[in-house]
Amino acid sequence: MVKQPTTKNQSEGFYRLISFLSPILFLFSWETLVRVGLLDYRFFPAPTMLVEIFVEMIGSGELWSHVSISLMRVLAGFALGALPAISLGLLMGWFRAVYAFFDPLIAAIYPVPKIALLPLFLIMFGLGETTKIVTIAVAVFFIVLITTVNGVRLVDPILTDVARSYGAHGWRLFARVIFPATLPAIFTSLRLGMGIALLVIVGAEFVAANSGVGYLIWTSWATLTVKKMYVGLVLIALLGVLSTQGLERLRKLTMPWAQDFHTPR
Amino acid sequence: MTAEISILHVGKTYTTPQGGVVALDDISLVVPPGEFLCIVGPSGCGKSTLLRMLAGISSHTSGEINCRAVDERQRPLTAMVFQEYGLFPWRTVLDNVMFGLEMRNVARRERIVIAQDYLAKVGLAQFARAYPHQLSGGMKQRVAIARALANDPAILLMDEPFAALDAQTRYLMQEELLRIWEADRKTVLYITHSLEEAVMLGDRVAVMTARPGRIKQIYPIDLPRPRTQALRTSVAFNQLVATIWEDLVEEVNAAQLQEWTAIAEQKGRTGWLNSQQRKTRVKVSTD
Ligand SMILES: Nc1ncnc2c1ncn2[C@@H]1O[C@H](COP(=O)(O)OP(=O)(O)O)[C@@H](O)[C@H]1O
Ligand SMILES: [Mg+2]
Repeated sequence: MVKQPTTKNQSEGFYRLISFLSPILFLFSWETLVRVGLLDYRFFPAPTMLVEIFVEMIGSGELWSHVSISLMRVLAGFALGALPAISLGLLMGWFRAVYAFFDPLIAAIYPVPKIALLPLFLIMFGLGETTKIVTIAVAVFFIVLITTVNGVRLVDPILTDVARSYGAHGWRLFARVIFPATLPAIFTSLRLGMGIALLVIVGAEFVAANSGVGYLIWTSWATLTVKKMYVGLVLIALLGVLSTQGLERLRKLTMPWAQDFHTPR
Repeated sequence: MTAEISILHVGKTYTTPQGGVVALDDISLVVPPGEFLCIVGPSGCGKSTLLRMLAGISSHTSGEINCRAVDERQRPLTAMVFQEYGLFPWRTVLDNVMFGLEMRNVARRERIVIAQDYLAKVGLAQFARAYPHQLSGGMKQRVAIARALANDPAILLMDEPFAALDAQTRYLMQEELLRIWEADRKTVLYITHSLEEAVMLGDRVAVMTARPGRIKQIYPIDLPRPRTQALRTSVAFNQLVATIWEDLVEEVNAAQLQEWTAIAEQKGRTGWLNSQQRKTRVKVSTD
């Protein structure tokens, strides 16, 4: 029978409630510990103090200026890396010759932590935006590429058998079967890629920027404005959550047939 | 009457990194139009290989396969139903059923009408917009059958289609398949590992030898149609099953011996093989 979501909803609400509990408890204890003086507010400012500075930074526009520039870098680098990676990954997964041609090169470059290439890109592109965007793009490219290639190779052979038995071949087989069958793997690769993009942007902005969330965190340390550092940490976490949710929404839109990741079955 | 399918001295050798695997060697079989032919044989004897060649997803390496009905590209007009269903998870039930028609460039309007018609025939009209993951195993296989029939093949190929289903569902599906088949009597090649299923469904039952598989013997099943599960209790039914089993069990034993020999060779231990051989003579069980 078709499965109906009947009793599931109420238990789902219960689990959602539980998930809220731990952060609230955490923030509450933190606040209390600072108030009673067990935590030094100069290093661990209480959550309420952070809210204060947060609001202040929104008002002055400082917050948005950092977030927007980081967002721009991440999104540009992400797109620049992911789109070619998906295309090449599909080709490498599907055509043995394309795989054989590119594989040695990729196997050689893949293990290099991409942030280590930042100095090289600084030499090539200077201190401007290009350097940061390219570093993110390269990091995203490799992880998305490799996950996509694997995705194509793991397409259930029964699906290609069925398609072939109905006369599908060449481009049609690729577009109607291989590509949709690889979509779940592609979305997994995009999630991984987004995580890496955030890692790289923070690293790059630590050393080679004078704006952005990474820069905010770094200079706050250097100038001992610890509260702003915490704001930076919260912001980068927010960027992570928002981007993951954006991808999740895109995934649901593109793959209405797919089951939810977290629903146990 | 011209044969629907004639398979003459056909061989198939798979090339693997370890060398060639001879799956079939000189198999011959002639199937008249409208026949429901069941094929049984020990696992690994090349049954799936045979069907895959007829379905056009594998090629033979020797001999000749001729089908009466072919399309513009000289491909036999076959449609295959797999044990694993093989539904496309990203397509709705209706879109799955339309797949073959789409590949043949049938206009969309027409595709929808045909697909809905066959969905109704397998009793799933109201599930047209569902996705495969929302269906049970039996329903999935109904969709796969509708997809095959919608393509209007001259030959329906079925490779252990109900093997993954529970017994009750399997019985229902068998009756349903018979009901659909009675309506237009297409030629069916039906592979099963259940001799009872073969006798239940087939006009004839072909027994294959251990690998490389050949047709060992073909038994006509002169049981009246339309058939229902009530047939299982009849004497004639059980006699047929018992007779064919005697023939089949020899091949099952031979196949088992082949398998053990291969394992023993890998292990380099012949003593182990001898002890296994003494234990052989598989217990008789037919389902
Ligand atoms: N793609 C393949 N490559 C190599 N060997 C194969 C392949 N497919 C099947 N075989 C071998 O061919 C033989 C027949 O297989 P198959 O037709 O699947 O048997 P059956 O369906 O009767 O169980 C088996 O020994 C199997 O291991
Ligand atoms: Mg098989």
